[in-house]
Amino acid sequence: MEAVTDFINAVVLLLNFIVVPGLAYGSQLALGALGITLVFGILRFANFAHGDTMAFGTMITILVTWWLQSKGINLGPLPTALLALPAGIVLTIGLLVVTDKTVYRYYRHSKAVPVTLMIASMGVMFMTNGIVRFVIGPNDQRFLDGERFIIRARDFKAMTGLSEGLSIKVSQGLTIVIAIILVALLFWFLQKTRMGKAMRAYSDNEDLALLSGVDPDRVVLVTWIITAILATIAGTLYGLDKSFKPFTYLQLLLPMFAAAIVGGIGNPIGAIVGGYVIAFSEVIVTYAYKKVFVYLLPVSMEPEGLLQLLSTDYKFAVSFVILVLVLLVRPTGIMRGKLL
Amino acid sequence: MSFLSGKNLVGGYGGADILKGCTIDVNEGEIAVIVGPNGAGKSTAMKALLGMLELKQGEILFRGKDISRLTPQDRIAEGIAFVPQTSNVFTSMTVYENLEMGAFLRDDDISATIEQIYELFPILADKRNQLAGELSGGQRQQVAVGRALMSQPAVLMLDEPTAGVSPIVMDELFDRILEVRQSGVAILMVEQNARQALHIADRGFVLVVGENRHTDSGQALLANPEVRRSFLGG
Repeated sequence: MEAVTDFINAVVLLLNFIVVPGLAYGSQLALGALGITLVFGILRFANFAHGDTMAFGTMITILVTWWLQSKGINLGPLPTALLALPAGIVLTIGLLVVTDKTVYRYYRHSKAVPVTLMIASMGVMFMTNGIVRFVIGPNDQRFLDGERFIIRARDFKAMTGLSEGLSIKVSQGLTIVIAIILVALLFWFLQKTRMGKAMRAYSDNEDLALLSGVDPDRVVLVTWIITAILATIAGTLYGLDKSFKPFTYLQLLLPMFAAAIVGGIGNPIGAIVGGYVIAFSEVIVTYAYKKVFVYLLPVSMEPEGLLQLLSTDYKFAVSFVILVLVLLVRPTGIMRGKLL
Repeated sequence: MSFLSGKNLVGGYGGADILKGCTIDVNEGEIAVIVGPNGAGKSTAMKALLGMLELKQGEILFRGKDISRLTPQDRIAEGIAFVPQTSNVFTSMTVYENLEMGAFLRDDDISATIEQIYELFPILADKRNQLAGELSGGQRQQVAVGRALMSQPAVLMLDEPTAGVSPIVMDELFDRILEVRQSGVAILMVEQNARQALHIADRGFVLVVGENRHTDSGQALLANPEVRRSFLGG
């Protein structure tokens, strides 16, 4: 009987520290990677400004959240940030449309090679990053309110009588639910609507799309709008789950690009698969398994070390190694995207 | 007065002129074929009619209206459809979606036109939910022609529609093109298989280094000893 309880405790431990955080982080990465993959598929360049686009959208959402909180407006158990999201999305659409008109359009019309556009996006990245730091500062910002947990570890223990607890944060639950809804909407849009089909056609074969009468300016505009929606929501969910710090969003570029490339860049399904692959790899490699083995192994074989493959300080190395391996072994990614 | 005509076209892709004053025209319900040796500017002449290169001289008339200044998109909206030689289908989209994209500029009901395309190319009806990238070369050409016809064009331009397909498929495609002509569409083709193409042509243009060498009916060109000797291999 005790062996069974030990086993269940080990499973709960893994659920609590690997599955739930992995699903939440994976959803955030997937939403981010979707934006990167859309821009790559349609505008045909690697958008290095995407992390800072997320930071910008999140910053606006935070500012509006604070303003709403100061007016005493809130959503009860849910974070007030959800109410502020539309404002963040609208202003981020504005930012992306303005950068497109002032920066990217010139290179697009002069038929610049993708590398030129990529470098231009780095300039946009530094500029956006500067705006965000200037407005909200480089420090950590807290904007989470409402209920903290869907299930608390303590309540779970009391409910089940196990010695290990399972906790699910509201931010984690929200992340997963919102990601599912967004992805479903995005796929419906791409598969079923006239504009979505035009975008897929344009991504598949630009010349033939033009010959079919697709208006390239509208395709580009709609792509930026969708990118702004995805980036702002992904950034806000990440900020609610962890915390908001401009530099962290710059660092998110690596796992997000890794996710997009691992899944097959230009392929939306690939971006989602890649997001979870990267997130779970990071969480699995950096988790200390000592306690799990204490439950599973007899007392005599109790491990001495932490059984942690990699310190969490090195978590970005995981994305990097996966990225390099995929580019070496299968450059088109899991779902056969475009070659970079 | 021709339906679509390009007169005294001079121009190229920026470097040396490829077209040196050639004239191409086609009428409703007629098949016109451009033939000639490699580098004669056959495809370039067709692309000039579509507006895909800058002309230094010459004018392009469509239904009596000068369209020389219009962008390719605007000419397509006017009723000209073009099937490129390569990359002429959306490989990641289904056959049905390819046909839908062909009708992108239409806002009326397209189901009747799709049924007509399925009648013309029955294989497409069977494969409607398959990705175009998974089809054979001949089937892809049918998707490409079907996509172009979905806009109900007045002029259909085909750039080497039989390149890389087997002789049986080629005959089949030419039969379908003859059927399309029945519906009153003006058809302009560039063809590498000159002999077969001239057989179905109402009009033939033999281009050599960007100029018209011979212009006559398809049958007359086939019978012309000089054309036979120089361009048809005897």
